[in-house]
Amino acid sequence: MTYAILAEGVAKSFTLYHKNQPRSDSLRETLSGSLRILGRRLVPGRRGLDNTVLEREEFWALREVSFTIRPGEKVGIIGRNGAGKSTLLKILSRVLEPSSGRIRIRGRVASLLEVGTGFHPELTGRENIYFNGALLGMSKAEIRRKFDAIVDFAEVEKFLDTPVKHYSSGMYVRLGFAVAAHLDPEILIVDEILAVGDLRFQRKCLGRMEQIGQEGRTVLFVSHNMNSIVQLMDRSLLLDQGRLILDASPTECVDRYLELNRSDDGSPSLSAKVDWIQEVRFHWLKERQEPGFNQPLFFRFSFLSTLPTPPITITLGFLNTLGARVSTCKVQTPKLEAGRHEFGLIVREHRLTPGCYFVKLDLWTDYEHLLEHDGACHIELFAEEITDPLLLKSSFRGRDRLGCYGDMELRRFASTAERICDC
Amino acid sequence: MTQPDEVIIESGKSGLHYWRDLWRYRELFYFLAWRDILIRYKQTTIGITWAIIRPLLSILVFTLIFGKLARLSSSGIPYSALVLVGMIPWQFFAGSLNEASLSLANKENIISKIYFPRIIVPISGVVVNLVELGVGLVMLLGFLLWQRTGIEATLAFLPLFLVLAFLLTLGCSIWIAALCVQFKDFRQVVSFALQLGLYISPIAYGTAVIPEDWRAYYFLNPISGIVEGMRWAVFPDHISLPLGGVITSLGITLCLLLSGIAYFRKIEKRLAELL
Repeated sequence: MTYAILAEGVAKSFTLYHKNQPRSDSLRETLSGSLRILGRRLVPGRRGLDNTVLEREEFWALREVSFTIRPGEKVGIIGRNGAGKSTLLKILSRVLEPSSGRIRIRGRVASLLEVGTGFHPELTGRENIYFNGALLGMSKAEIRRKFDAIVDFAEVEKFLDTPVKHYSSGMYVRLGFAVAAHLDPEILIVDEILAVGDLRFQRKCLGRMEQIGQEGRTVLFVSHNMNSIVQLMDRSLLLDQGRLILDASPTECVDRYLELNRSDDGSPSLSAKVDWIQEVRFHWLKERQEPGFNQPLFFRFSFLSTLPTPPITITLGFLNTLGARVSTCKVQTPKLEAGRHEFGLIVREHRLTPGCYFVKLDLWTDYEHLLEHDGACHIELFAEEITDPLLLKSSFRGRDRLGCYGDMELRRFASTAERICDC
Repeated sequence: MTQPDEVIIESGKSGLHYWRDLWRYRELFYFLAWRDILIRYKQTTIGITWAIIRPLLSILVFTLIFGKLARLSSSGIPYSALVLVGMIPWQFFAGSLNEASLSLANKENIISKIYFPRIIVPISGVVVNLVELGVGLVMLLGFLLWQRTGIEATLAFLPLFLVLAFLLTLGCSIWIAALCVQFKDFRQVVSFALQLGLYISPIAYGTAVIPEDWRAYYFLNPISGIVEGMRWAVFPDHISLPLGGVITSLGITLCLLLSGIAYFRKIEKRLAELL
């Protein structure tokens, strides 16, 4: 079988030192450490006393991770903090060496673990482009050839000969991404960099990533932004506690990831900002969802309150895969006694076009913000029978079918006077 | 598209393609050195002038103290010329070692993000200091022309000693770069050793002042052989070639260089973690 990356049983361990065992990174400690060992050898009776001091713990950041990535595949890597994503990328980029296992990589790799690696504030934009390009693996001739394209992409022509310390942070990031975007690798490894720059530039970056994917290059992308994973990737790997727990489609992985987040601390609940609201549970009733445009959405919502509560406003925000909030709806509960409460939430006439959305849940009273959760759940709306030709057309445009869709009223003015009156 | 070559990442196997990789990353090496030179002189207002002022001031002070006040022997050549020839390799050596002690830590942001043979970093640090070495040589040439002492045929041997100085500096830099990563306070050791080194090496004085019985030990310091060799190349009529010293120096240099590379490669695998 052909592959671009073939990982077999990759594992990585780090050695952790406990408080009573300082790292021997100063000479004195190493010397006194060796003296202590020598002392113990000479005085066998004292061995028990100090033995704990030299103990160290192994921490496995990655365990037995195996996967195959075929040429041209775009694979997202997701997982909670500390799941081993960055370690995996660093091993793939050869910054870290695995403790065991083997990875075979076919093709030129460019890894982009940071925007503007090696930029120096004193150097000009031009100088930094050359150095950063060389660092990312471009030859001098290649940088020279692509120089104009890079400058165009970054939109910094006017400031090329200004030291980058005078750049705005946006310009700095744009320049960094521009160099990276003009790499010509067969395999591109990207770590969470799209969360930078203004919205317009983010779209440009996403567009470039998509273009790289369409050119048949292999892309590996780590992100906490589930939206871009779902939107851009063909496949996804879900890591948790150093293990690869799911290798499936992005939507499956994102669902499972959100489940993992909910099941934090063993209980499937969202944590509130106040302590008298507990065990908040919120989920989408997927099984009740009818296929089709503008079908009602059903959610289940429950919590435990330890005090009698004033009316609570529940706000649901719907975020499209670019992270833009396209719709918001709200409802208010009556006053509630202390105890467990369970509600069904039904959203009719949401007018969301078919696609993936993230639901942001907020709870408010008149006085305080009780809860805020960005990815409370993730919904996917399918349209099987759309009769409206306009909607049909937009849904065929693939990834552009984002946001809401609705009717509007057409009013024709007979005269200027009428128009003024109307407004 | 040509069949892409395959890279195998496996525990303990990173050394397999080391030298091939080093060659492949040679362009990055040029860029790194170029960048470091740019940075060094951009952060100062008078830039490269520093490379002239520093040795000049040192020469002035040493000539006054050791030549005029202490009246040490200069084997019949102008005392300032004696110091100048000593300062050229010493400033290169000391500057490179100082640079080496910080080189890897300063590039931590790059090392933890991008792969390249790490040994490029200390090597490029030495190359950066070649600029000052070059300035020193121009000063020497200017001095010789100005003093009309005449340029001897033995000056042709000067490049050999410079190569030796380069290799010695390279070996020490590689050792120090690795040691400073492993032991954070080795940096203090380096700056202290360099302070002492200035006095136990024949920089501000000639080896003529060293008693005959001690010379053999004195030349165990690899810099002694290089400096005296250079003085011989410039002033063959006044200073004799310390052949034993040069050979000792060569031997020690090769040992330091080879062991340094071996040690660095051992550390290198864990470098991103150690930083």
